[in-house]
Amino acid sequence: MRLVVVSAGLSVPSSTRLLGDRLAAATAAQAPADVQVVELRDLAVEIAHNFTNGFPGRALAGAFDAVAGADGLIVVTPVFSASYSGLFKSFFDALSVSDPEALAGKPVLIAATGGTARHSLVLDHALRPLFSYLKAVVVPTGVYAASEDWGAEGLDGRVERAAGELAALTAGAATARPLPRRDSFEEVTPFEERLAALRPTG
Amino acid sequence: MQFGIFSVGDVTPDPTTGRTPTERERIKAMVAIALKAEEVGLDVFATGEHHNPPFVPSSPTTMLGYVAARTERLVLSTSTTLITTNDPVKIAEDFAMLQHLADGRVDLMMGRGNTGPVYPWFGKDIRQGINLAVENYALLHRLWREDVVDWEGKFRTPLQGFTSTPRPLDGVAPFVWHGSIRSPEIAEQAAYYGDGFFHNNIFWPADHTKRMVELYRARYAHYGHGTPEQAIVGLGGQVFMRKNSQDAVREFRPYFDVAPVYGHGPSLEEFTEQTPLTVGSPQQVIEKTLSFREYAGDYQRQLFLMDHAGLPLKTVLEQLDLLGEEVVPVLRKEFAKNRPADVPDAPTHSSLLATAKAKEGARA
Repeated sequence: MRLVVVSAGLSVPSSTRLLGDRLAAATAAQAPADVQVVELRDLAVEIAHNFTNGFPGRALAGAFDAVAGADGLIVVTPVFSASYSGLFKSFFDALSVSDPEALAGKPVLIAATGGTARHSLVLDHALRPLFSYLKAVVVPTGVYAASEDWGAEGLDGRVERAAGELAALTAGAATARPLPRRDSFEEVTPFEERLAALRPTG
Repeated sequence: MQFGIFSVGDVTPDPTTGRTPTERERIKAMVAIALKAEEVGLDVFATGEHHNPPFVPSSPTTMLGYVAARTERLVLSTSTTLITTNDPVKIAEDFAMLQHLADGRVDLMMGRGNTGPVYPWFGKDIRQGINLAVENYALLHRLWREDVVDWEGKFRTPLQGFTSTPRPLDGVAPFVWHGSIRSPEIAEQAAYYGDGFFHNNIFWPADHTKRMVELYRARYAHYGHGTPEQAIVGLGGQVFMRKNSQDAVREFRPYFDVAPVYGHGPSLEEFTEQTPLTVGSPQQVIEKTLSFREYAGDYQRQLFLMDHAGLPLKTVLEQLDLLGEEVVPVLRKEFAKNRPADVPDAPTHSSLLATAKAKEGARA
């Protein structure tokens, strides 16, 4: 399967990226996967230009295609001001303008990192509703990693559990997911149908 | 092939002086630009239609009627006429009137507009945008072709025994283009009627324009109007020129950097690389414009956006001199090369009249 990690980590190296990599490795261990990582930091300028221009630059368009074509998605954001980062949200805003159905029916594992565990509900208060709105199938277990978790017990287990859920959903979704939307250029409503739909009845 | 200019009619401060023209100055500047277009040998002047500041052209046929009285050859057009929020009956009347006054030098481009609040301001529902374009145009099409129309639709009060006056000049409806940047439905509409399709082209990468034009061409053939290559295509373009390309870049950059549509975004270099915008020498403009044919095929109408982002009138008139003297004559020659003989020119009143007469003759 094609597994895509979207990481909104900003520093290099980044604990957000590290969490994304761990989740990807754990998922790939359960179901063979080609993993591609989309680093939003590298796309930050093109994401901003997408808002001013109305169309994505080449690298951003490539990232949109990768995400839309993925069988499963792992999304990881640092917590900024009690929510996902603006860059993270902007990427998905731009994606959904470009292709409103890009995430429809797609299994998505949500994850976040923060300095303290106090923000762990960001997963269920911010990320889950966002991806529900985008019609994704969000796996039940989200993974939050505070700084302290990297030296404590428990993170491994949550990573394994979430990865197992994503792998299982991806296997099921491959058949259950609606067919990808046909390109609007290939599927034109014949003009007579449009006219007929407007004709008064009776 | 036709070459011309299209104006948005924005009132924008000149970023190099901070001065904002008055509405009167801008309106008069648009007229001066239109007259200049004819003087330098261009074929078409098109004005936008807007109903909110900072734009002035809310009443296109008023402006075009004034320009018509002061020109001899120039085709007067729009970019675009809002088929969604204008009453199609009033469009039929206004443009037929203009057609008579201008001795047939009139066509128009249908568009849905890009300003959401215009719909409620004119009592319409934006969610019905495509349906409004479909129904209103279907009525407009009939009003110009049938002397007495009985009509009932979803969005307008019914008409019983209605005759739109004046009747189109010589019984020939003005040629219609349909403009759309991203709606395949509109390319389909243009193809269905055998009307022209115009892609604004200027803010988008070429592959996007290519897909829209290809769809229109394929559907034009599907509806039996001719081969895909014979479909009537128009494209936008956007240029700023000086003899020396470095001078063009230096002079245009302050306007580009804060331009209302794309300012504060990518650099001028990035934007010219990704879109049809050309800032450079007349030769560079020629090369870039000729390259449009690679993705759009042999086409009929090329309109340039020349007067925006606060460029002073004097500069715009200089640009038009360069366009008319150094660019368009070369483009006419180059575009004519290898152009298949069966690719038609853009329809004009006289060509449409000749076609109508030939049809009548065949019937008689």
